[in-house]
Amino acid sequence: MLSYTLKRLLTLLPTLIAASILVFLFVHLIPGDPAAVLLGDTATPQEIAALTREMGLDKPLWQQYTLWLSEVAKGNLGQSIFFKAPVTSIIADGAQTSILLATMTIFWIIIFGIPIGVLSATRQGSWVDQLTSGLAMFFASVPTFWLGLYLILIFAVGLGWFPSSGFPSIFDEGGISNLRYLLLPSLTLAAPNAALIIRLVRASMLDISREDHVRTARAKGLHPTKVAIKHVFRNALITVVAAFGFTFAALVSEAVVTETVFSLPGIGRLVVQSILRRDYPVIQGVILVIVVLYLFINLLVDLAYAMLDPRVSLK
Amino acid sequence: MALLEVKNLSVAIRQKQGLITVVDNLSFHVDENETLGIVGESGCGKSLTALSIMGLLQGSQVRITEGTVCFDGVDLLILGPAERRAIMGDQMAMIFQEPMTSLNPVYRVGDQIVEVLLQHLKLSRAAAKQRTLELLDLVRIPNPILQINSYPHQMSGGQRQRIMIAMALACSPRILIADEPTTALDVTVQKEVLDLMGELQRHTGTAIVLISHDLGVIAQTCDRVAVMYRGKIVETAATKALFADIRHPYTKGLLNSLPLVDGDVEWLDTIPGQVPGIETVLPGCAFQPRCAFADERCSYEKPNDIRVAGGHWARCHYAGQST
Repeated sequence: MLSYTLKRLLTLLPTLIAASILVFLFVHLIPGDPAAVLLGDTATPQEIAALTREMGLDKPLWQQYTLWLSEVAKGNLGQSIFFKAPVTSIIADGAQTSILLATMTIFWIIIFGIPIGVLSATRQGSWVDQLTSGLAMFFASVPTFWLGLYLILIFAVGLGWFPSSGFPSIFDEGGISNLRYLLLPSLTLAAPNAALIIRLVRASMLDISREDHVRTARAKGLHPTKVAIKHVFRNALITVVAAFGFTFAALVSEAVVTETVFSLPGIGRLVVQSILRRDYPVIQGVILVIVVLYLFINLLVDLAYAMLDPRVSLK
Repeated sequence: MALLEVKNLSVAIRQKQGLITVVDNLSFHVDENETLGIVGESGCGKSLTALSIMGLLQGSQVRITEGTVCFDGVDLLILGPAERRAIMGDQMAMIFQEPMTSLNPVYRVGDQIVEVLLQHLKLSRAAAKQRTLELLDLVRIPNPILQINSYPHQMSGGQRQRIMIAMALACSPRILIADEPTTALDVTVQKEVLDLMGELQRHTGTAIVLISHDLGVIAQTCDRVAVMYRGKIVETAATKALFADIRHPYTKGLLNSLPLVDGDVEWLDTIPGQVPGIETVLPGCAFQPRCAFADERCSYEKPNDIRVAGGHWARCHYAGQST
């Protein structure tokens, strides 16, 4: 297991290098001169040329890349043009919100997705199944921003139960109770993904329950609940865990929308604002962080997959 | 009293045209310590019969429409689900056709045997593991201490079927239903598994219902044979008596289509035609369209069971005449 993990970590290296090249080139593909953008309309050509030299943008592309990469390797993602502060500290500021939001969201996805999926599979065709399948279909189809706005309208504006926007740090006044600011956003983010997990759990459990070994389990005289959980769900879990990698990718893109709708000071909103401000170092930094996270989540998924399915060889 | 007594069992499948009877008014019995063979082509209803006895029919499409299945004097069909489960895996066990898919891929084979032991016997986990080692040894799995921790995919088909047998025998059942237990195995492994089953039976006294499409397998292992065709038993007798004096043309056809090892035959006899689809209603004998001996009467009149000798019955108008 350990040697497999190390080997997988090593294979991440080329992927990371490829990703860093793409992230770097991506900024250079955007039309416009960063120095000109930075200095504004009133700049003279001499000033622009001076700044270009100062920023190292007159060097060949490969030199710029190796320079940037060596800084990244040291943990320096550059200076934000807008904030005039290191990109790492700006990302760190947004990370608290995003990490808490992601954790709460995944909590909801598991809490709602798995039990409801199991319930509707074991009661296939019943009203419970039809109701949950209908709701799952609805939530899987609704756009995130629409759901977010309606939740604000009903629970924040109408009933006044929850705050509608913003998120004071849990280290500030209010402490842990500040998490209530994240309740509506995390539910918004969880809804479509939990709906997908419900449908996936249901479908794979129905698939598995037709397999021969489930008949063997029933022939042992086991209680149907035990057959459903220990034999059917345990096998269906393999498929569900594999899907979690995709769920993470979906979460990243939906988080951008959700953080904007709820005005949360997270990384998603930071990206959108940085794009509007042409704050290239921040965009580069955030994308790089997301790529690294995504690779690690997929590594975790693969390891969990290997642990759940003995047929997957770890050699 | 017979250990297992099936009376007038009918099983129907729901289709667009309505309910179609696939097991038709079936009656047979199995005594203690006896091996009954049920033989027939695929689709004749033998597997459905096995699943009905075991209580494993599933889904709204298939259901028992009539009959009783008495086990030790108790009709299993009127028992509640919990009472039924108490018997399944304990006093009645089953082995299936596909050893490759009949074991759960994510659990160690030892744990899968332990599971059934803990379900029915009051054993500690350690005692159940000890018993599992004994069972693996009994079914001749080499090196049980090592293999108890194997996953199914690490074993061969023959080994997996041995695991299935160990699992079925774990709680010392009084009856074992084996549905095509050797069909998916290599011929050499087939013989080993059959020999093992026979030996274990002598050891434990378990009654066996062996279901197969292979008359050769049946002849080798069974005390009595029931030949099924389109949901009905068409001929039944003690194995020796049957092969000495076959009365039903279908049984004869099955026998003739067996390859003879010592014969210098280049051409294998087959039964002409195909089994009519389950939705086809035949007014007369079900075998009439394929029967070489059929005449006018066979096409409109259903034959009854005709007694040939003690315990030998055949469902053919002309079973009374020796052929």
